[in-house]
Amino acid sequence: MINTQQRSTSGSSLSPRSPSSQPYLSVSVTDPVKLGNGVQAYISYRVITKTNLPEYQGPEKIVIRRYSDFVWLRDRLFEKYKGIFIPPLPEKSAVEKFRFSAEFIEMRRQGLDVFVNRIASHHDLQQSDDLRTFLQADEETMERLRSYETGIFKKKPADLMQIFKDVQSKVSDVVLGKEKPVEESNPEYEKLKHYIFELENHLSEAQKHAYRLVKRHRELSQSLQDFGKATRLLGACEGNALGKTFSELGVKSETLSIKLQKESHQLLMNFEEPLKDYVRAVQSIKAAIAERANAFRQQCELAETIKLKEINLDKLMLTRSDKVGEAELEYKELKADSEEATRRFQTIVSLMNEEMMRFQEQKTFDMGLAFHNFAKGQARLANSIADAWRSLLPKLEACSS
Amino acid sequence: MMGSDNQGLEEAAHVYASREEMENLLLDDSSSVNSHSNYRSATSLSPSILVTPADSDPLLSPPVFHDLLNPNASGKNNNNNHHNHSSYIEPPSYADVIFSPFDENNKVNSEINGGGVDVSNLQFSDSPLASPSSSSGGSDYIKITVSNPQKEQETTNSLVPGGNSYVTYLITTRTNIPEFNGSEFGVRRRFKDVVTLSDRLAESYRGFFIPPRPDKNVVESQVMQKQEFVEQRRVALEKYLRRLATHPVIRKSDEFKLFLQVQGKLPLPTSTDVASRMLDGAVKLPKQLFGESTAVVAPHEVVQPAKGGRDLLRLFKELRQSVANDWGGSKPPVGEEDKEFLENKERMNDLELQLSNASQQAEALVKAQQDMGETMGELGLAFIKLTKFENEEAMYNSQRARATDMKNVATAAVKASRFYRELNAQTVKHLDILHEYLGLMLAVRSAFSDRSSALLTVQTLISELSSLQSRAEKLEAASSKIFGGDKSRIRKIEELKETIKVTEDAKSVAIKEYERIKENNRTELERLDRERHADFLNMLKGFVVNQVGYAEKIANVWAKVAEETSGYEKESI
Repeated sequence: MINTQQRSTSGSSLSPRSPSSQPYLSVSVTDPVKLGNGVQAYISYRVITKTNLPEYQGPEKIVIRRYSDFVWLRDRLFEKYKGIFIPPLPEKSAVEKFRFSAEFIEMRRQGLDVFVNRIASHHDLQQSDDLRTFLQADEETMERLRSYETGIFKKKPADLMQIFKDVQSKVSDVVLGKEKPVEESNPEYEKLKHYIFELENHLSEAQKHAYRLVKRHRELSQSLQDFGKATRLLGACEGNALGKTFSELGVKSETLSIKLQKESHQLLMNFEEPLKDYVRAVQSIKAAIAERANAFRQQCELAETIKLKEINLDKLMLTRSDKVGEAELEYKELKADSEEATRRFQTIVSLMNEEMMRFQEQKTFDMGLAFHNFAKGQARLANSIADAWRSLLPKLEACSS
Repeated sequence: MMGSDNQGLEEAAHVYASREEMENLLLDDSSSVNSHSNYRSATSLSPSILVTPADSDPLLSPPVFHDLLNPNASGKNNNNNHHNHSSYIEPPSYADVIFSPFDENNKVNSEINGGGVDVSNLQFSDSPLASPSSSSGGSDYIKITVSNPQKEQETTNSLVPGGNSYVTYLITTRTNIPEFNGSEFGVRRRFKDVVTLSDRLAESYRGFFIPPRPDKNVVESQVMQKQEFVEQRRVALEKYLRRLATHPVIRKSDEFKLFLQVQGKLPLPTSTDVASRMLDGAVKLPKQLFGESTAVVAPHEVVQPAKGGRDLLRLFKELRQSVANDWGGSKPPVGEEDKEFLENKERMNDLELQLSNASQQAEALVKAQQDMGETMGELGLAFIKLTKFENEEAMYNSQRARATDMKNVATAAVKASRFYRELNAQTVKHLDILHEYLGLMLAVRSAFSDRSSALLTVQTLISELSSLQSRAEKLEAASSKIFGGDKSRIRKIEELKETIKVTEDAKSVAIKEYERIKENNRTELERLDRERHADFLNMLKGFVVNQVGYAEKIANVWAKVAEETSGYEKESI
């Protein structure tokens, strides 16, 4: 259900039902299958892509993917599209024994489906090469890419240098007594950061209670079943009209137990899961915030370095040193880097602003739907409870007369 | 009982005071509260069990139905075509019914709730046995309250210097039963007096289903906090005395009357120690064996069971008889022949088992309902906090829209949580009847064992008689061989004949007693079945009506939110 809402509210409407002249890209993640044995076992999914976009190999393509492939895609997008809130992935299961429970697998499948579709319907992300690779590459290529990305090889040499430099500058900062990390002094942005961090807390709490509510439904279902059984036995013991009434009560109780079990599943899928998804989305925003901080810091550092280089260059020029040429070159390079860094930072800033607005709108819709389903489910449950018990009343009345 | 409920729940209410305040805040400023104004009074700090919206404003929510259980009488329904209870008539809505909590007597309650819905079908006395009004055309009532525990000192000789202290309770009775002289009286009694009362009743009313008295709880009295223990005991005593008061025979017994009315020391013989009894019995035994004291059971002693008595010899004899019954080759002289009784005994055993099981599951159900209500409430509060947060920090309109949606959900969740908790309070009281009857099964067992011990006495006497007679015959045969008679033997024969006569008298008395107890068993069983059926039926009705009513209320609350958020569903298609 979530994937449909995604498609309809994003900028580009990529619905497969639109006439073939309209560009569309629709993805579904289906058919979880357990492969492998023992510790190595994992779940694979079928990813079906339907599209008329020219960049793709054909109108329909089916590939097999596993969870770590999705992780690869997410990481690649995160690297390339800084400033954009990358859609969150459903978590790896913390507890071994649930890894292959039907409910978990279904929830994960749904989460992965939503994940890919959000990417496919995002104006910028849908252009990504990595997305195309993900959706089309054969399994061997995918495996190669995936293992290349994990481990040390994940970081390219340039990244390693950057990390090294970061550490270096941090050390020098400490040595020079400049321990405080450089941060933007933008009050609105501060407000936003504060909002995001607080929001995560509130949402986590709500989600926790939502999960407990699911559990309560299961528990009530169980106790209704036990109560129904006990009542039936009591009815058998009592005999005559009263006994029959007891037995019918017991049967109703057991029926309601099943309804409650069903509703608890609905609650999990349509209410608790969206809340969890909301939390994950906020965490993704936090990651974007971290990236922005990085970019800002780089910009500042380069600006600092340039100033020093300028001073040095002027010195060299005054002394008519033969190192001037070299220094000028270095300076030009640094200037280019600095402009690059500044541009990157500003891109992130403007992207984030757009994303924030989209995020709020999207979430209002997502939650609105989740609330609606929640309320509908509770009303439906309460009504069936009322109906079931009400049907006993004529008999009870007849009994006492 | 009301008092104790009060206390515990008031404490709980204080603990949740801030949560209640938050809920109040939410409900008061919500514009959607209008149709639920009768629940505003329910949102005060008073514990949910004692809230009587009926009391607060019966006119606010006028009763929709005069006879809840007869759908045809519904005011809502204009359908004249259907006169049967078919499901095509729009089912009566119980959502507007005001559920009043329990009170002790049907009568008393209907007086208080005169202005409210006629829920007289739903009134439940909290004593398990059918209320007086349902039995003998009842206008007689008796209400007992136990209160005011006080510490008192043991004044008479005690070994421990400084004296023993004990607790007395004030027992107030209000009644219009003529056998009591007076209509209102109060006495002070201690727990020991209650034990005495219970023991005396057990002796005088063998074969009756006498409600079991509260346990002595020796361990708990040492381990628990004094105040808590005293309160627990007070509640238990009140329950016990009220149950006694509903027993048609026992409520008019001398023992009961004396207990309730006579000031000062309880004028009933106390149960002497087992030790002193055994001592008496041990002293008597050698005399019995050597013929100095009566080896024969006097007829008047036969009406009491051998166990717990002073006559050890009798005890031994009956023990021997019971062993012979179980292990001896031959059938006992008189056996339990009443097939109907044996069937009933089986049935009672089975019933006890099922009741125990049902009572357990009922408890689990109540807990699950309670937990559901609590978690729902917590979810609601979490969303309230979120709503506040979003509203305060809103930078976009979409946030405000979301906050509104959230608030509606939160309000509904809090209301639903309230309903669950109210429902549960009622459910507890209904299903408690299961527990009450389970307790009564003990009384049934003890009444049946009265019967078997009386039977054992009869059997023992019969065996004794037959052995005495055969001894007499042997002696006669032996003495007839001696010409002119055998003085000593003749004397023995005469003595034996005396003994036989006394034993025969005792046997008649024992048989009468046995028959009496059998009759008591029978009438009591009838009464139990009758009253249990009525009470269980009431319980089921009450339970079901409650479930329906509250489920409807909860459904309404959520239906509203579903309606308010229906726009999102249309958008997603």
